Amino acid sequence: MNPLLELTQVGIEFNTAKGSFRALQNVDLKIHKGEYISLIGHSGCGKSTVLNIVAGLLQATEGGVVLNGKEVNEPGPERAVVFQNHSLLPWLSAYENVELAVKQVFRGKKSKAEMKAWIEHNLELVHMTHAMHKRPDEISGGMKQRVGIARALAMEPQVLLMDEPFGALDALTRAHLQDSLMDIQKELNNTVIMITHDVDEAVLLSDRIVMMTNGPAATIGEILDIELERPRNRLQLADDPRYNHYRHQVLSFLYEKQRKTDDNPPATQTRDQAPDSTIIKERHDTRAINTPARQADARGPEQEKLNALKTA
Amino acid sequence: MSIALTQKLSKISWLEPVIKAAQGENRSQNLSIIIKAVGIPLAGIMMFLMIWHAAASGIDTSLGKFPGPADVLLQSKTLISEHISERDKAAAFYQRQNERNADRLAKDPDYKVKIRAYTGKPTYVDQIFTSLITVLSGFLLASLIAIPLGIVIGLSANLYAAFNPVIQIFKPVSPLAWLPLVTMVVSALYVSDNPVVPKSFITSMITVMLCCLWPTVINTAVGVASISQDLKNVSQVLRLSWLTHVRKIVLPAAIPMMFTGLRLSLSIAWMVLIAAEMLAQNPGLGKFVWDEFQNGSSNSLGRIMVAVITIGLIGFALDRMMLLLQRIVSWDKSATLR
Ligand SMILES: Nc1ncnc2c1ncn2[C@@H]1O[C@H](COP(=O)(O)OP(=O)(O)O)[C@@H](O)[C@H]1O
Ligand SMILES: [Mg+2]
Repeated sequence: MNPLLELTQVGIEFNTAKGSFRALQNVDLKIHKGEYISLIGHSGCGKSTVLNIVAGLLQATEGGVVLNGKEVNEPGPERAVVFQNHSLLPWLSAYENVELAVKQVFRGKKSKAEMKAWIEHNLELVHMTHAMHKRPDEISGGMKQRVGIARALAMEPQVLLMDEPFGALDALTRAHLQDSLMDIQKELNNTVIMITHDVDEAVLLSDRIVMMTNGPAATIGEILDIELERPRNRLQLADDPRYNHYRHQVLSFLYEKQRKTDDNPPATQTRDQAPDSTIIKERHDTRAINTPARQADARGPEQEKLNALKTA
Repeated sequence: MSIALTQKLSKISWLEPVIKAAQGENRSQNLSIIIKAVGIPLAGIMMFLMIWHAAASGIDTSLGKFPGPADVLLQSKTLISEHISERDKAAAFYQRQNERNADRLAKDPDYKVKIRAYTGKPTYVDQIFTSLITVLSGFLLASLIAIPLGIVIGLSANLYAAFNPVIQIFKPVSPLAWLPLVTMVVSALYVSDNPVVPKSFITSMITVMLCCLWPTVINTAVGVASISQDLKNVSQVLRLSWLTHVRKIVLPAAIPMMFTGLRLSLSIAWMVLIAAEMLAQNPGLGKFVWDEFQNGSSNSLGRIMVAVITIGLIGFALDRMMLLLQRIVSWDKSATLR
């Protein structure tokens, strides 16, 4: 079967004040219809850039993207995007935000009544019927993201692109939305590319996890097939050795093979120096274990001195 | 009072405690809020009147003492009664004319009725209305030019860079500098034996327009230029046409900034108008002040002071009106409306 979406030798160079900056190089990826792909990698490696090239918002310097046999070189609703910060028009209600997209995509194809039904159907998919006439500033962050997803789904895209759709949400809201998304996916079986920095999210939702190397000149490092049967349940998976195996593989890619260093690492950087940033729990765990231990070491002699003083 | 009206009224900040107190909600607390909201400004005004009174009685001019609050009150009453008597005269004039015409028609059915307009001098109230019409025409004309211009140059960084120096140079130009030029151009171009509106009106209006254009242009352009990339991306993904993009995204996004500009423009327009009317001799408040100054009677200073206060009050009212309009039109209710 031919892939629905194909990235071939994609590379991009940005012109910046400090000269040209090569962000991506030799990105090759084939995605089949109905596949759910996660893009994971350290912050700043070029995930959004890949997504924006597929969306047509950025033009690749080399290589190209082919969707359904046609080269992509401008944005379009058949590649709907869910942006990280919802990007709803603040002066329109949830309904009107979806309506703007539906009117644009289905003008001349659906009647007024059909459009109304279609808008309401999509808002129902994301459980937003109760608040569909509220404006973005009247609903929570999670609800805004739901509306953003409804707007994208309502375009009936061939590929749904999501750039850290739940990145700004708290853990509980995120879990709710992930479950909603899995339900929707079961029904619609969309082709999805989702950027995430959450390892659990990637394993839970994806058919394949595409792991990117660090920039500059980032590319695809490894691709991990997630062969967990659907529907997936986060509670059951928590005890599933396969789930933990996948999770471990992603973590080891990110924190061993693509260990994130400072921008200009000093030559003598020691192994136990905690690398900056990112949200992964395991990292915090190692730190949490390391830090008290090191502190104990450091405190040892001090403590002895103190004790000596006390006894004196 | 209907519930909807009550809710609308309570959006006006200082009315909220008044209504709540009237509804019996938490009386004592609301009462103290009322005292703060109404009492303190009132005390400020009283204090100002007292200082004014004291200072005025100490200033002697060649036209007599500087008018205090009492003189001004007296003069404003005179101006109003002058207006009423002038209206009575006009009414009487038209009545006499009608009676005469009716008589002539009765004698000679072929008589062509001619109605002559009453040509009394404009009263103070007439002058206020002339000023309002002039300032609003100038402001409207300016907005019709400034908003589209602001949108167009806000959409393109290059156009913005091209227009910016011109805007920055014209922005600080005083109306007094424009006026001679405008007068000459209007005299040259607006030639008509039977003009619909007097030349002085056109001159004042265009001067007002030239001076109050800039804040709206700049603020609209900045509002348009600062639309977030995310919204632009949405527009691109949806493949909105240029016109739809402007209508559905750019215009609403820029409205809060646009109104900031419009309010600045209107207040400048009102200030400029008085100066323009003085020099262009357009029959408005500016001309009134000028005429009283030239007239130099013992009442003149008091009458000018009435005009000063009227100008201030109208300026304030115009600003409030724009604010109200902004409240109705703008989606961004969180923007500080001051
Ligand atoms: N328009 C741009 N101009 C210059 N550099 C850019 C631009 N967009 C992204 N970059 C750079 O490309 C790299 C990848 O960015 P991005 O794709 O946003 O990373 P992320 O993986 O966090 O989404 C970063 O180093 C970023 O600074
Ligand atoms: Mg990103």
